[in-house]
Amino acid sequence: MNNIINCLVENEPGVLARIVSMISGRGYNIETLNVAPTQDRKVSKMTMVVPGDAHIIEQVTHQLTKLVNVIEVVNMTNQRHMNRELILVRVASKNHVNRSEIVDLATLFNAKVIAVQEDSVTVQMVGNQDHVSDFLHLFEPYHIMDISRSGVIAVGREVAAAKPVS
Amino acid sequence: MKKEIDEKCEKEHPFRSGAQCVIDGLVKEGCEVLFGYPGGAVLDIFNCLYDAPFHFVLSRHEQGAVHMADGFARATGKTGCCLVTSGPGATNTVTGLATAYMDGVPLVCITGQVPLSMIGNDAFQEADVVGITRPVTKHNFLVRSVDELPSIIAQAFYIASTGKPGPVVVDIPKDIQRQMTQQPIPETVQMRAYKPHIEFKQADVQALAEMIGASERPVLYVGGGAIAGEASAELLQLAHRAEIPVCTTLMGMGAFPENDSLSLSMLGMHGSVAANYAVDKCDLLISVGARFDDRVTGKISEFAKHAKVVHIDIDQSAIGKSVRCDLGVVGYIKPVLTALLAILPAKSHKEWVDRTQRWKDRFPFTYPASKEVIMPQFVIEQICEVSNGKATIVTDVGQHQMWAAQHFCYTRPRSFLSSGGLGTMGFGLPAAIGAKFACPDDPVVCVTGDGGVQMNFQELVVAVEHKKPVVTVILNNGYLGMVRQWQEMFYGNRYSGVMLGQSNRERSERIDEGKEFLPNFVLLAEAHGACAVRIFKPEDVAPTLKAAFESKKSWVIECIVEPEACVFPMIPPGQAVTAMINRTV
Ligand SMILES: Cc1ncc(C[n+]2csc(CCOP(=O)(O)OP(=O)(O)O)c2C)c(N)n1
Repeated sequence: MNNIINCLVENEPGVLARIVSMISGRGYNIETLNVAPTQDRKVSKMTMVVPGDAHIIEQVTHQLTKLVNVIEVVNMTNQRHMNRELILVRVASKNHVNRSEIVDLATLFNAKVIAVQEDSVTVQMVGNQDHVSDFLHLFEPYHIMDISRSGVIAVGREVAAAKPVS
Repeated sequence: MKKEIDEKCEKEHPFRSGAQCVIDGLVKEGCEVLFGYPGGAVLDIFNCLYDAPFHFVLSRHEQGAVHMADGFARATGKTGCCLVTSGPGATNTVTGLATAYMDGVPLVCITGQVPLSMIGNDAFQEADVVGITRPVTKHNFLVRSVDELPSIIAQAFYIASTGKPGPVVVDIPKDIQRQMTQQPIPETVQMRAYKPHIEFKQADVQALAEMIGASERPVLYVGGGAIAGEASAELLQLAHRAEIPVCTTLMGMGAFPENDSLSLSMLGMHGSVAANYAVDKCDLLISVGARFDDRVTGKISEFAKHAKVVHIDIDQSAIGKSVRCDLGVVGYIKPVLTALLAILPAKSHKEWVDRTQRWKDRFPFTYPASKEVIMPQFVIEQICEVSNGKATIVTDVGQHQMWAAQHFCYTRPRSFLSSGGLGTMGFGLPAAIGAKFACPDDPVVCVTGDGGVQMNFQELVVAVEHKKPVVTVILNNGYLGMVRQWQEMFYGNRYSGVMLGQSNRERSERIDEGKEFLPNFVLLAEAHGACAVRIFKPEDVAPTLKAAFESKKSWVIECIVEPEACVFPMIPPGQAVTAMINRTV
């Protein structure tokens, strides 16, 4: 099962490398990873999707917590939260073949066509993990020329979870 | 006016070079001995070292310097300190750092680095030290400004010595060592993310007390955390209060006196029959600062399979990592045990203790005695006897390490120093020297093999030079013995790449007095300024040891021992206690 882990870290050189090297060194996987500063310039939030059973996720959480630059680790999967991912997908549609089908599909997902070229249509889609996987599944029959995903980001919904950062 | 203010400020916070900040930081942290090796990227620090109030010890290889600092730290609990140059100096420390990391030893290792502006340009003697050492340190720093240096040094010591201790590397570019700063050494360390002061939950302690109350066959399983956490006195009280037998890991050796009636000695692959039986049959296993290493558990699904398992550890990630956990108590061991003692009623487990005693009586550590050949186990017994059990034993890795664990009676913490987690051959001699610097009045014995001692033999000269006498006992079996044992037992007797000692020696043949020795350890030791002797007969062991202890000089005692002795009992790797092999003849 995929788990979304939010990790608040000190925004210092090398912190990303520390986290990634710990995860790979201990044989875990990261499916997606997103890193950006928070409202506090000195703190970054890393959101990673880590596949694994409860035992593995517990270990990942503890090992992350142990790192000296890590402020807090929260497994969002265990609590009410909202998650989103942005994907940009460029689908082949040579000579406009399939184009209306692709546009229709996109519309069903509230996705936006952001570019149309001779050979392709580029669609931008934002959704939670379920939507994203349904969307990608439905696009499988088409020829996907390129795809870029932002990685999942998530925020908690519970009142208590919205802790101040410092 | 402006000038006056500047002068006042200058007086209170004088300008210091980065290099001076390093020395001042070490002084402030109470560094007594700094082990290290110079080079281009640390010349400025060495220049300031010239006037430093503490002792500097020049090792002969950077790995040796780290092991010395490690031995010093293990013997005292204080943070060991070392200093090396960039590039090859720093890469040579990696094995030492990994050794300390696996065993949770507090170290601060300062490495020089090429100037900040040259980093990333493949400059002369440049290596990405922070990258290389990241997985083998608790934390590491690349210093980017001289103003942050005083606080980084303080943080390095804070991180190394708190929580689960470990090595910390501070990588300092050469230009930063030369720049000036007015930043003072911080009085206290405040770190935003690193908060080692974990409070245990009283409810967990209460639950543990109830579990002990309900248990009929409890066992305490004690690891290195009990020694690092200085919890021996509480442990002794706890064991006797509730009459609980105690076994220790290799790292926990000495945390509980082995001459105590409740001691079952070491458990695990080469542990005692009694300890392994007790863990197998117990209904409550209380782990105290142990991490369920695979050399202890063997087959996980069979380990303590009838027991409720309690983990007490400062490291949350150690709890339930490999073995199931019915109760986890996260906290410093000493306060946890103190809280437990405050509520735990006395209890008797006489029937259970009697049962473990019968195993002890029936299956002691034993070996086939000999009047002609020196048995390696016999040498360890003699070291114990001749030193009245007072020696600090430091080992390398292999058969001799296990025999040293089995046949010496450890009664105090920090009296058995060994590379448990990483199993680093070459650790013994330098770590023994480090321990001798820490405890100059205790006899320090390095128990080593003919293989391991050759990995850092060059450090012997340091013991001689500084008049820190260490007695090195080489159990020379002419083999990489532990590997040979596995080849004998699990690879159909095919000895591959394990013969040492004499060219063209016949298999199974003992090192022969009449032939040339390779190397000649006696000559080698003498070349390093130590006294040395080679002995072949059991009756020579005790007098030689006695003479060496009395001489107050560094000695190398080469004991030519039975070549194909094996370490027993043995639970083959990944197997359960039922698979234990215990050949005694
Ligand atoms: C640096 C290092 N290399 C290899 C090993 C693997 N190893 C473990 S025990 C051993 C043999 C040790 O031989 P020796 O030092 O003669 O001791 P003995 O087992 O004979 O007592 C070896 C090669 C190791 N532990 N460390």
